[in-house]
Amino acid sequence: MLIKDIQKILDAELLVGKELLETEVHTACGSDMMSDVLAFVKDQAVLITGLLNQQAIRTAAMMDMVCVVFVRGKHPDDDIIEVARENGIAVMTTTQRMFTACGMLYEAGLNGGLATK
Amino acid sequence: MSVNSLHYHYDVPGDDFTRAGMASSAVKQTLKQLGLDPETVRKMSISLYEGEINMVIHAGGGEIDVDIDDEKIVAVLTDHGPGIENIELAMKEGWSTASEQVRGLGFGAGMGLPNMKKYSDDMKIDSKPGYGTIVTVVVKIAN
Repeated sequence: MLIKDIQKILDAELLVGKELLETEVHTACGSDMMSDVLAFVKDQAVLITGLLNQQAIRTAAMMDMVCVVFVRGKHPDDDIIEVARENGIAVMTTTQRMFTACGMLYEAGLNGGLATK
Repeated sequence: MSVNSLHYHYDVPGDDFTRAGMASSAVKQTLKQLGLDPETVRKMSISLYEGEINMVIHAGGGEIDVDIDDEKIVAVLTDHGPGIENIELAMKEGWSTASEQVRGLGFGAGMGLPNMKKYSDDMKIDSKPGYGTIVTVVVKIAN
């Protein structure tokens, strides 16, 4: 799946990272708890979250993720978008809720990947 | 990579949680520029990021010193916060003294120190209640 497919499936608004739309991704995780993302995620490329702060982007950057999707219509401010731009992460927002967004992407072929040991 | 020894120092302000992680981001960038393998970079970055968040959440900020040589990366995180009463308990997954406010910000799940241990090759905690905490994490550089 390409990042542009995620945008289409979720009818999401892309806020930064147009140059990443053709990037291929295979795995994702959904969480509002960044500590858990850092603890249990490995090699996932997309973070789906309702946590609206810079730490969501920084966490994704630490995990080498390439795309962050904010759910429930949450719209990040300019500071958050700037951190994403600096770290080469595509950011989009969708009105879908977390469970539904994850389900739609899973159904379309994105999977959860491997958990860390 | 061939470096004899590189040293980096960062001050971590404790008054702005939203900006926490800037030092870790800078270190990650440096490690990538040095051409270290992605897994080594990732391990050090995550350990440092958790430590930096801890510093801001619990200790009002602090300092991070990073030393890199041909074999390893050593990060020393020093704060003058309240210290850790019971290190054994603090290392337990899920145990946390973080406030509800911090949990609302996506942290404080009791995974910080366990994560630092998990992602580093060696970790040491020196802490004295009332004086502060020094956490040292070491990540070996894969050849």
